[in-house]
Amino acid sequence: MTPPRLEMLGVKKRFGATAALGGVDFSVPAGSVHALVGENGAGKSTLMKVLAGAHPADEGAMRLDGEPYAPRDPMDARRAGVAMIYQELSLCPHLSVEENILLGMEPTVAAGFLRRAEIRRRAREALARLGHAEIPPALMTGKLSNAKQQLVEIARAVAIGCRVLVLDEPTSSLSQADAQALFELVDQLKAEGHAIVYISHFLEEVRRVSDHFTVLRDGKSVGSGVTAEASTDQIVQMMVGREVNDLYPRSKRTPGEIVLELSSLSGKKKPRDATLALRRGEVLGIAGLMGAGRTELLRAVFGLDPVRSGEVRLLAFHGNAAPSQRWQQGAGMLSEDRKREGLALGLSIADNLTLSRLNGLGPPGFIIPRRQRAAAQTWVERIGVRCRSPRQAVGTLSGGNQQKVAIARLLHHDVDVLLLDEPTRGIDVASKAQIYRLIDELAARGKAVLMVSSYLPELLGTCDRVAVMSRGVLGQAKPVEQIDAHQIMLEATGS
Amino acid sequence: MTQQQAPATLDYRSPTTPTPLSQKVLGWLNVVGTFAALLLVFGFFSVMAPQSFPTAQNIETLARQTTTVAIGAMGMTLIIVAGGIDLSVGSIVALVVVVIAMVLQAGAGPWIAAVAGILTGAACGLLNGLLITSLRVVPFIVTLGMLEALRGLATHLAHEQPIYSKPQGLQKIIAALGPAERWKIFPAGVWIMLVIVALTAVLLRYTRFGRHVVAVGSNEQTARLCGIPVTRVKVLVYTLGGLITGIAGLMQYSRLTIGDPTIAQGMELDIIAAVVIGGGSLSGGEGSALGSLIGAAIMATISAGGSHLGWANSTQRIITGAIIIVAVALDQLRHRTAAAAQGD
Repeated sequence: MTPPRLEMLGVKKRFGATAALGGVDFSVPAGSVHALVGENGAGKSTLMKVLAGAHPADEGAMRLDGEPYAPRDPMDARRAGVAMIYQELSLCPHLSVEENILLGMEPTVAAGFLRRAEIRRRAREALARLGHAEIPPALMTGKLSNAKQQLVEIARAVAIGCRVLVLDEPTSSLSQADAQALFELVDQLKAEGHAIVYISHFLEEVRRVSDHFTVLRDGKSVGSGVTAEASTDQIVQMMVGREVNDLYPRSKRTPGEIVLELSSLSGKKKPRDATLALRRGEVLGIAGLMGAGRTELLRAVFGLDPVRSGEVRLLAFHGNAAPSQRWQQGAGMLSEDRKREGLALGLSIADNLTLSRLNGLGPPGFIIPRRQRAAAQTWVERIGVRCRSPRQAVGTLSGGNQQKVAIARLLHHDVDVLLLDEPTRGIDVASKAQIYRLIDELAARGKAVLMVSSYLPELLGTCDRVAVMSRGVLGQAKPVEQIDAHQIMLEATGS
Repeated sequence: MTQQQAPATLDYRSPTTPTPLSQKVLGWLNVVGTFAALLLVFGFFSVMAPQSFPTAQNIETLARQTTTVAIGAMGMTLIIVAGGIDLSVGSIVALVVVVIAMVLQAGAGPWIAAVAGILTGAACGLLNGLLITSLRVVPFIVTLGMLEALRGLATHLAHEQPIYSKPQGLQKIIAALGPAERWKIFPAGVWIMLVIVALTAVLLRYTRFGRHVVAVGSNEQTARLCGIPVTRVKVLVYTLGGLITGIAGLMQYSRLTIGDPTIAQGMELDIIAAVVIGGGSLSGGEGSALGSLIGAAIMATISAGGSHLGWANSTQRIITGAIIIVAVALDQLRHRTAAAAQGD
């Protein structure tokens, strides 16, 4: 019997006093896809690092085709044929596509001069094997779209002749169509005999691409099986360790007066002539594909992007305004990009949470840090942010907890109109559930929520009305009872 | 709008545990560590030159010598925390010195001259800030250009030679105290320095504007999202930095009492070094007034101690250079330890 391509046996890893991995077992045969699922903080990223040679394992063993595998550093792992595709793209935007593909493995002649023709040939070959010969190898990588850049990363893995390909949340920055293309590529790589480890939050994706799955919780593998034989509920239950019911609660909501009204609002390119009315006590969802202009719509309303024509009415205020004025007028925005825009990762929870509204934390113009922390502490407790203290840097929290801090900023500011852009992107199921409950309660208390999401079940679950945006054009908002996922997709793809 | 109504039914799953001690320690470690380094350096020279170094007289001299760079470092701390840099401070100091000498020469009183000098500094900072924000050119380049231009302006105003004028009492700000004035402990300039350090520390830590400065330096996009007027904050930071540099220029004039347009060449690097030794990060968001003060003191101590021991200037510079690198390396180590202690 041939040994599995990749095998992990009782792998453990500690950082100081915390056990990041407390015993992980799984194996992936050649020519199959193994999904790793788990909440944020379950240990997936640490496992990746151990596999990639960034951290040595403390205990346990790893085997590649039956041979012991213990990479000393990431280069060692690459040489052994283990390639990683990280969630955040790890390409040099200022290098060309071919330079990125062969980065660190460039063929050279004497004295370190590059063999340009050889580099070009191997880059072309790798791209062609992925069915993407159309990507020009000499192009500056930063000029490619996210999806294309990801392909360059995969081409890099193929070019080194990888045996195991690890994909970490590969669809997080892709549109629906690009994600479909990626799934097909994964199928193809599998058919070519690669062993693939697929890490994802999205169980639909896991179902689509994987043969087997392993669930990680608190650094341990707590369950595994054949994907086709397990129900989504079973997997979710393993992930959270308890039953999740009532993911989308719905209290009684009574729509009040209109608090946000857009009339033929147009931005630089997108949105185009967007018209919409949002009432108190209502959650209005905006569906659409990546690049449809949903984020641009929110940004234009909030004054982050320029408005070319049309009008915004927010509560009693007419006209366009800068973000600082929008906050004062009673609107707050949650950014889709938590790490780069939503939060200042190096600053404390308290700083981040109170940043938009530092008034009232001391005499005019002054801040008493103790009061600032107390204010933050209130929210930390009320919405259940897992942290040691409000002094802790936000960047050290898990994704779900970071997102809660970002949302808590709007609560601290006590805004009436909440503009939420992808409020649950990249966070664990339990945090998602808490955020859905929070949104429901805010609506029940008479706040108005305008929410952009690419995740249809959550839009259908939390919203009262949903409008679909396609190529910059915002459609009519329809009550959620009168629309289903299929219709939304049809509208979003413009068919 | 009512304040802080919270959804009452959300669960209280994970109240925070009160273990911020380690974090407090790590937070303080920077300033404490820098201070320990100062004590170490001071102790070293005290052992090497026990007769002349650890005396009250010498400490006063040290404090006086630290003043210009330390005051300049306060302006630079604000700018660096905001994610910027100002390479033109040496030239601003020269321009300020020339302006003070010219105003005195024109027959104005010392107060008018001092205020004119400080306002000159503020104007230079304002110009820096406006250029950076309106042209959208990185601060490094704008202030590099200003380093040249302002030096040229100073030289032009002084007709390419030092201006000698009666200091009319301005020399006393930083002069060594006579025996009758011992009760003051330090000359006025040193006290002014300490007040500016305290004000800068309070500004950064305890004011809305100060937190906005930190936010802009830490993540400009987040700051914009949160409604912080990023452009205004930057312009203000550079203006304030220029104003404080103007005060540093006043100290420089007080020490030399000449309007010499070639003075303070390379002072920007000493000032940046002081901030960096004190824990400032050139990528923004980090830095403290107290740390920068200690950083300036470390550099002054090495230079004074070196002369006590008769070291060559070349030796002093090599040691200062090594200390800058070691300080930043230690700071990196501290960051990694802090990150590891907090887990991922």
